[in-house]
Amino acid sequence: MDRDVLYRETFRIKGDAFEHGGEVATHIKTLLKQFGLAPDIVRRLSIANFEAEMNVVMYAREAELELLVYPDVVRVVVTDRGPGIADIAWAMQEGHSTATAEMRARGFGAGLGLPNIQRNTDELTVESTVNVGTTLRYAVLTAKPPEAGQ
Amino acid sequence: MQLRQVAHLLDCDVLSGQDRLDREMNRGFAADLMSDVLRFAPQGALLITGLSSAQSIQTAEIADMGAVLLVSNKRPADDALAIARGRNLPLLLTAHGMFEACGLLFRQGFGAPLTTEYSSRATE
Repeated sequence: MDRDVLYRETFRIKGDAFEHGGEVATHIKTLLKQFGLAPDIVRRLSIANFEAEMNVVMYAREAELELLVYPDVVRVVVTDRGPGIADIAWAMQEGHSTATAEMRARGFGAGLGLPNIQRNTDELTVESTVNVGTTLRYAVLTAKPPEAGQ
Repeated sequence: MQLRQVAHLLDCDVLSGQDRLDREMNRGFAADLMSDVLRFAPQGALLITGLSSAQSIQTAEIADMGAVLLVSNKRPADDALAIARGRNLPLLLTAHGMFEACGLLFRQGFGAPLTTEYSSRATE
């Protein structure tokens, strides 16, 4: 399957670095546009990436975000080291959040992040171990082959 | 309505994107909670917010908002202004509060997302 991969890159996200929150998602958005993906595909992936990045910034110590572009799908794997999620089913419901007042003052932490990733992607799996970390895997199907790697 | 008419109506300082004021704007989305913008805002709308940190600019960029209007004279943080200028995203500043700004725009025919969009999937 990996023989089909057109583009692969891994990005580091630092926890608690609010001033940098969004830089990875913005950088990837520029890449996805260059690959010739449709604007609505780029938007959905960018929203998912930004939500995932802000989750790392707010809750985890650090993470890697791996971007994998295939001819018909874009896959993203976000692996963090942090507190983990004790009850994934609870966290997947809108409005459920353990955010602090500071997170909310910065405009985040409404309990919409994971549900919004699900809403903007075609596949999402969440694995988590408390006090170890969380891995998100999500994918967006792309209508036509992107032009990555040419 | 062109963005320059929005700027005129609300007596705005245009802090970034001065050469993009001919951009057509006909919908707005008002929130201080960027989570809500990412969840509910329609593409291309004017983001009306009191959040003057870099997060509002990053969110606008990610969610394809057409411009950002900061209300209540909330001057942007230096990094927010730098990001907006770096991306040439129109950034407007008004002394009007959020409610007034929305009301004045609404009266001029500005639309809002239909309420049905609040429960639909992004892909529909």
